[in-house]
Amino acid sequence: MEHTAEHHEHAGGGTKEIIKVTVILTVLTIVELILGFWMIGIPLENQALRLGIKGTIVILMMAKAFYIVAYFMHLKHELKNLIMTIVVPLALFIWFITAFLYDGNSFRNLRNTYDPHFKEQSTIKVEKKEHGTSEKHEAAPEKEHATH
Amino acid sequence: MATTATATTTKLWGGGKSPFNVEYGKVMMWYFLMSDAFTFGAFLISYGTIRFSTNGWPDPNEVFRSFPFAPEGVHAPLVFVSIMTFILIISSVTMVLAVQAGHNMDKKRVVKNLIWTIIGGAAFLGCQAWEWNHLHHEGAWWGSNPFLNHDGTASSTNFTNYFFTITGFHGFHVFSGVIINIIMLIMTLTDKFEQRGHYLMIEKAGLYWHFVDLVWVFVFTCFYLI
Repeated sequence: MEHTAEHHEHAGGGTKEIIKVTVILTVLTIVELILGFWMIGIPLENQALRLGIKGTIVILMMAKAFYIVAYFMHLKHELKNLIMTIVVPLALFIWFITAFLYDGNSFRNLRNTYDPHFKEQSTIKVEKKEHGTSEKHEAAPEKEHATH
Repeated sequence: MATTATATTTKLWGGGKSPFNVEYGKVMMWYFLMSDAFTFGAFLISYGTIRFSTNGWPDPNEVFRSFPFAPEGVHAPLVFVSIMTFILIISSVTMVLAVQAGHNMDKKRVVKNLIWTIIGGAAFLGCQAWEWNHLHHEGAWWGSNPFLNHDGTASSTNFTNYFFTITGFHGFHVFSGVIINIIMLIMTLTDKFEQRGHYLMIEKAGLYWHFVDLVWVFVFTCFYLI
C-alpha cells in the first residue's frame, strides 16, 4: 500500500532508538529524584541553593519532554512543516509563563507591602497537627482548615 | 498556468497530495493534542501564579510521604510517586513497541505490547486511586487542607484545590487512554487492521498515550519535586 511506503521514509531509528531513549528518560528521572532527595535536607533559609536545584529540575523536565515528543511521538522524523505547525504555536507558552509568574510575584509584593493582615498571617507559626492519624480528621469538620 | 486551471473557486485547499506526508487523522490528533497542551498549560500556569503570589507553600516531601502497606507515620518522600512515574514511562515504551510492530504488520507483537500498555495504565490509575484515598483520609480534599506551610505557618486550600484538580484531570486522561487502548486491542484481535492493510490507528492512539506520559512529566515536577 502507499501508506506503508510513505512511512518507511521517515520511520526513524527503530528498536535501537527506542532503547536509547528509554535509557535516557530513566537516567534523567533518576537524576531528578536524586536532586529531589538532596533538597529535602537543605533548610528553607538557603534560598539560592534551593532555587538552583529547582531550576536544574525544570531543565531536566524540559529535556524529558523533548525526548518524549521527538522520539516517542515521532515528531523529529516528520516533515519540517508539521514540526513547525506544532512547535511554533507552543512558543506562546514562553510569554504565558513569564507574564503570569511575574504577575503572581508582583501581587505577593503588593500584598506584603499594603496588606498587614496578609503579611502577619505568613509569619505566625501554627502548632503542628498530627495528620498521621486518620480518625481524628474524619471527625473534624472539613471547612475548619479553610484559611483564606 | 496549469495550476490555476485546476484551482477551486472557494479559496480552500482542495485536497490531493498531503502537505505533511501523514494521513488526515494523525494531523488532527496532533492538533487536538496541541489544544490539550494549552489546557494543561493553563492549569499549571494558574497553579504557578497562585504559588508565586503566596508567601508560604506546603512541603511536598511532608505531604506525599506515605507508601501502601507501610506502617502509619512512615516517612518515605518521593518513593511512591517515583514508582508511578516509572510505570508510566515503561507503559509509554511498550506503546512505542506496539506502534513499531504495527508498522511491520506483526499482529502478535502488537497484541502483546498493547496488553502491557493497558496493564501499565491500569497500574498507574490504581496508584493514583490509593494516593487520593490516603490524602482524603488525612483530611485533604477540595476546599480542605490539613497541611501546614513548609515554614510552619497556616496554609490555604489553594494547595489541595490545585493538586486534586490537576492530577484529577490528568488521571481522567489516563483513564480515557486506557479505554482507547482497550478498543485498539479489540480491533487488533478482531483483525480490523489486517483487513485495512495498515495499523495507522494504533499510531494515533499511541500519540495520545505519549501525550498523557508527557503531561505527567510536568505534573510530577510541579507538584512533587519543586
